[in-house]
Amino acid sequence: MTLRDFAIKYGFIALLLGLIVFFTLATDGFASPQAAVFIFQSVAITGVLALGVTATLVVGGFDLSIGSVATTAMMAAAYAMVVLEQNALVAVVICLVIGVLVGLINGYLIVYMRVPDLLATLGMMFLLVGLQRIPTEGRSIATGMTMPDGSVANGTFSPAFLALGRHRFDFFIPNLIPVSVVVLLILAALIWFFLEYTRFGRMMYAVGSNPKAAELAGAPVKAYKIWAYVISGVFASIGGILLAARLGRGDIASGNNLLLDSVAAALIGFAVLGAAKPNAFGTAIGALFVGVLLQGLTMMNAPYYTQDFVKGAVLVVALVFTFALSNRGRS
Amino acid sequence: MADAVFRITDLRKSFGPTQVLSGVSIELHAGEVTVLMGANGAGKSTLVRIVSGVYERDGGTITLNGKDFAPTSPAEAIRAGVVTVHQNINDGVVVTLDVATNLTLDRLNGAGAKFLYNPRRVRRQARDVAARMGLDVDLDAEIGKLSLADRQMVAIARAMAHEPKVLILDEPTSSLSSAEANRLFSVIDRLRGRGVAILYISHRMSDIRRLADRIVSLRDGRITGLFDIKPLDYEGAVNAMLGQKINLSQVAVKDADKTVFSVENLSLAEQARPFSLKLGDGEIVAITGLVGVGKTAFAETLFGVRRPLSGTMNLRGKAYAPHSTADAIIQGVFLVAKDRAENGIVKDFNVYENMSLPFLDRISRFGVSRRRAERAVARAAIADLGIVCRTERDDMATLSGGNQQKTMVARWMSQPANLFILDEPFQGVDIAARRDIAAKLRASAAGRATLIFVTEIDEALETADRILVMSEHTIVGEHRNAEVDIDRLLAEIAGQPVRSARNDILQAHP
Repeated sequence: MTLRDFAIKYGFIALLLGLIVFFTLATDGFASPQAAVFIFQSVAITGVLALGVTATLVVGGFDLSIGSVATTAMMAAAYAMVVLEQNALVAVVICLVIGVLVGLINGYLIVYMRVPDLLATLGMMFLLVGLQRIPTEGRSIATGMTMPDGSVANGTFSPAFLALGRHRFDFFIPNLIPVSVVVLLILAALIWFFLEYTRFGRMMYAVGSNPKAAELAGAPVKAYKIWAYVISGVFASIGGILLAARLGRGDIASGNNLLLDSVAAALIGFAVLGAAKPNAFGTAIGALFVGVLLQGLTMMNAPYYTQDFVKGAVLVVALVFTFALSNRGRS
Repeated sequence: MADAVFRITDLRKSFGPTQVLSGVSIELHAGEVTVLMGANGAGKSTLVRIVSGVYERDGGTITLNGKDFAPTSPAEAIRAGVVTVHQNINDGVVVTLDVATNLTLDRLNGAGAKFLYNPRRVRRQARDVAARMGLDVDLDAEIGKLSLADRQMVAIARAMAHEPKVLILDEPTSSLSSAEANRLFSVIDRLRGRGVAILYISHRMSDIRRLADRIVSLRDGRITGLFDIKPLDYEGAVNAMLGQKINLSQVAVKDADKTVFSVENLSLAEQARPFSLKLGDGEIVAITGLVGVGKTAFAETLFGVRRPLSGTMNLRGKAYAPHSTADAIIQGVFLVAKDRAENGIVKDFNVYENMSLPFLDRISRFGVSRRRAERAVARAAIADLGIVCRTERDDMATLSGGNQQKTMVARWMSQPANLFILDEPFQGVDIAARRDIAAKLRASAAGRATLIFVTEIDEALETADRILVMSEHTIVGEHRNAEVDIDRLLAEIAGQPVRSARNDILQAHP
């Protein structure tokens, strides 16, 4: 193995370890269970979204609507509980249905209407950003708010729903691991197994790499593409549920960074272990990478714009790793 | 001959280890149409790209009017007076712009082009260009609204505005109707009359009969025939292009017993005569014919990619009408598609993943793929077909063309077939791999019907029990591979009106 091969394969993992060592030395309390959990919690939602977008990257597509699907789900959950006074289960189901619907519409636009993936999902993003604000005329949703018709919304977030964002499981130390981290780990394991070890996942990779060959091998290419967008939509809506549960209200100002952070995580994932292709493990590492970076910079008191700059720089470097250094990115 | 305007001598070009042109020499004369015939992969496109300044040559000389001609860009070739009209018509025009702009597009670039775009000047120039060619199209019409033939006329008219000495037409009629083609021919006649040296690349016999003053046959990067004595020897040219040599490995021809698959009155294209055929158990049937006569259309119809216009198919006594490729596969009809890089290989997958692709559902358990089983199947196939690779986990890109093709064949041989179809299975395959694949097909033929589509006659003679000839989307001849009348075969491929021979076939197989 040449140095170059080694760099391609382990470069990003080494960089991640290097970052952890650096932050441990440079700050107080970076290497503690609490800090580790905090990092996981900070990346849980973007991680879930990134895993969803990975599915669309696998079939050779892209989903720009994930951030707005998540915030739409958040607003819908808040609306269901606060305004309609429904319970946690109904709120969750509504969110998931939104995810499925948006995924189906995205898939339909891309597969049957032949709208390019970036444009279709970009359009969907704008549509949802507006749609989620229509019911409340642009106001955030919280208990006691005044509705457009003058009435007051008296519903509350149910404790069961809030637990999704706030409950912590004991893990050696009491109250250590938040639910959102558990959800992330379960979804990561599921999508990893699905993509790597089931025939459906394998076919999705075939569809992404050479749709003509996949079709001539008997694969229903259109169905696979649509399914990928449904997966992406559902994952994004789960992210939205976690976001709503953490905030405890429907905040129209939140979730601005979700799209960019999760897309960055998925694209950084290309470079992990020299995969040069979208993959669930890489995406999870990518999300962790972003989390470590941001947490470390925060602890070093770096301002938010520096963090954005560093995040962008890391993404660019990861893409260079993927497309320039590894031969598989070529041709 | 001394009066050659354009002279290519000993032209050579390699891509990596593959020599595509190994010493090609062609002369073009003023006021003559020289037809270049060659099968796929013969090197025609490479030749065109070198002459039009897209590729650099490795060796050889080209002279134009006795002066050295070595264009480093398409623009330079055009300035020197060598103009090429490419096969894909839409590459020659900008579909969103109007005719006037398209006719003058080349004047918007290069030295002397004005900074400001003046619509009046453009229209004036466009009118000149159109008038010189006798082109009768609305200058304001958007190109996208014109027929393909009109678009091509625009491209040619623009090219001719440079008063070129040499015009190269690369399969210009491949997407034209016959009426549209006739319009093109009269334009070519006019240019010929004006003393332009024309290189016309095609394998459409009707075009060639209509236009050719001379024919040059290209095969495997070499000139294999030059025909310039009238009347031109069209069959000889086809023969030289397809390279029918005395076949070295005579196959032991079997006659099929029971019918596995049959088609009745199948019609593949408008105006094509419907045809019927039967394929027997253990029999290998080759369908041969020139490019574009409907071989791939037939293969795709059998595999459920497209529907026949009319007619019925029958597989093992039951009606067969696949509505998708998946449906065809379930019924045991497999297709090794032509052009493996485009239609076969998943390049992100390794060898065993490529092999298991169509049968993942059969290999998987509860949807979970069983890599161990996949790899065992792949290892067996590698040993069986003699695929040269380190392990079954190698990247496809590391395999040679022949071994890639073997992998594609192995993919579909890992499960029993009722009808096994291979479309151009020997394209881009070295002779050893070709022999291996043919031997494997023959050894495993029992229990299924095998149908191969090949352009080169050699490949049919080496592999098949029976050879059918396809022309104009229908079957025009049939030969048992023990007593092939090569002259009749070539005549049928060339679409020669050998009435007597064809009537014999029709009477023998009503």
